[in-house]
Amino acid sequence: MKTVGIVGASLAGLQTARELRRQGHDGRLMLVGDEQHRPYDRPPLSKDFLAGKTGEADLALEAEGEDLGIEWRLGTTATGLDVAARRVELSDGTTLQADGLVIATGATARSLPGVAGLDGIHTLRTLDDARALRDDLSKARRLVVIGGGFIGAEVAATMRSLGLDVTLVTSGPVPLAEVLGRQMAEAIAARHEERGIRIIRGASVTGLTGTGRADGVLLADGRHLPADVVVIGIGVIPNTGWLRESGIELGDGVICDEGGATSAAGIVAVGDCAAWLDPASGRHHRAGHWTGARQQAAVAAVTLLSGGEVRPGPQRPTYFWSDQYDMRIQFSGRTQRMDSVSVEDGDVTGDGFLAVYRRDDRPVAVLGVNRLRLFSRRRRLLETEPVQVG
Amino acid sequence: MKILACPLAALPPGEAFRIEAEPPIAVFHTEDGELHAIDDTCTHQDASLADGWLEGCEIECPLHASRFDLRTGRADAPPAKLPVRTHQVAVEDGDIYVLPSDTPPNLPPGVTVKGTT
Repeated sequence: MKTVGIVGASLAGLQTARELRRQGHDGRLMLVGDEQHRPYDRPPLSKDFLAGKTGEADLALEAEGEDLGIEWRLGTTATGLDVAARRVELSDGTTLQADGLVIATGATARSLPGVAGLDGIHTLRTLDDARALRDDLSKARRLVVIGGGFIGAEVAATMRSLGLDVTLVTSGPVPLAEVLGRQMAEAIAARHEERGIRIIRGASVTGLTGTGRADGVLLADGRHLPADVVVIGIGVIPNTGWLRESGIELGDGVICDEGGATSAAGIVAVGDCAAWLDPASGRHHRAGHWTGARQQAAVAAVTLLSGGEVRPGPQRPTYFWSDQYDMRIQFSGRTQRMDSVSVEDGDVTGDGFLAVYRRDDRPVAVLGVNRLRLFSRRRRLLETEPVQVG
Repeated sequence: MKILACPLAALPPGEAFRIEAEPPIAVFHTEDGELHAIDDTCTHQDASLADGWLEGCEIECPLHASRFDLRTGRADAPPAKLPVRTHQVAVEDGDIYVLPSDTPPNLPPGVTVKGTT
C-alpha cells in the first residue's frame, strides 16, 4: 500500500495516522479535515475550556515537534466517494485518490427544528462552537440546557460552578439514566440539585421563545423557562451524508466489521462516524467515546495495512470519563440488561463511591466517582474477564 | 539526594508506591521484576499514575488512559503529549531508594511544584 488518505482530522483520524506510521506505513499519508484547525481534543470543550481554565494551546492533540509526514488539507470537506477508484471528491473541486482510505468524519450535534435564525441557541461539538458559547455565556445570567446526556450535564455543571442560574431539561426520568442506569443516575442528579441546578424530568420541549434572540424555552405542560442562553445537547448524527451515493453500506454510521473494514475493499472507518460490529451481540453500534476512537484507530490501521488478513483480538469494554463539579466520574462496560447494581466502596452521598453492575452475578459494568485507583482495578477485571453483554 | 521509598518486600510485582515528594514520585515493580521510578503526576491532567494500570513496562493513567513507557518516560498514547520524568532507582539492604532527576518536570496545566513559582 503506497498511499493512504484519511478523511477527518480529529482524534480518530490523527490517531489512525499515528498507528499507520507506527505499524510501518512509509508511503504518502494525506489527511483531509473540514475544520481549519489542526487536530484538537474535544472533551475539555464542555469542561475546563468552557470554564476558561485551559486555553486553545492546551487542546492541541499533536505534540510539539511531532512530524508524521502528513500532507494536510484542512478547511476542506469531503463531498463524495468513488468506492472502486478509492477517490474522494472534495469541496474545493479537487479529488484525493489513494490505495487505502480511512473514513473518520465524526458526527454533528443534533439540533431542534425551528431554532434557525435565533441567537443565543448553541450546540457544542467543535472548537468554534465552544468559543461562541463561551462568549455568549460570559454575558448571561440564566442558562437552560436541553438534553439529559453527558454534554448537557457537563455544561450545566461547568456553568453552575461559575455562578449561573441553570435549568437542565430532560425528556427521560433523570439525566444520564440511559448510560448509568436509573439508580446511579439519580445519585449523580442529586449532586447537581445540591449545587442548585433545577432538573426538569420527563419534559417535552415544544419551542423556543424570543425574537432575534432566544429568551426562553416552552414545555408541553405550558411552563416557560426564561433563558439568556440555551444549550441543546440531544445527541449526534454521524457525518455520512457525503457517502450516500457511494454504495458503501450505511446504517447508523458506516457499517464496519470488528476490524473496522467497511463493505468496500481498502476502506476502513473509525470514530464517531463508524458503526463497528460487536461480536458479542451481533449488532453494529457507534462507540461515540474518546477511548473508543483511540482503540479503533489501532485496530483499523492493522486491518488496512494487512488487507484484512490480520483479525482483531477481543474488543475492550467501553470506557469513558466525565468531570462534573469535583466529581471525577468514570464508567466502563454496559448497563443494558444488567439486573443489579451495588455500591461496593464509599457512599453515593459522600465524597465518592464505586458501583458494580451485574447480570446473573457477573460484573458487566463499573462506575467510579472519585475512586481512580479502585476503578482502575475493577475496570481491569472487566477487561480480563469479558462477558457476553448482548 | 536519594529518597527512601519503601522496603522491596513491601512492593510486590505489579504494584506501585507513591513517594510524597515535590512533585510526587511513583515507583513501579513490574511483573518481570524490574523497578522503575517516574513522576507520579500525569503530564496531561492532575492524576496519580501510581493509581493506574501497569502492563509490562507501560503505565496507563487511571483518568484518561494516557500511556507512558516506564523506562524512558515517553508518552505512548494520548491524550498526554509530554513525557514524564524518569528517576534512578537503587536497592540497598532491602530498601528501595530513588535518586530524583534534576531536570524540570512536565507537570500538567494548573499543577505547580510547591515552594516554586
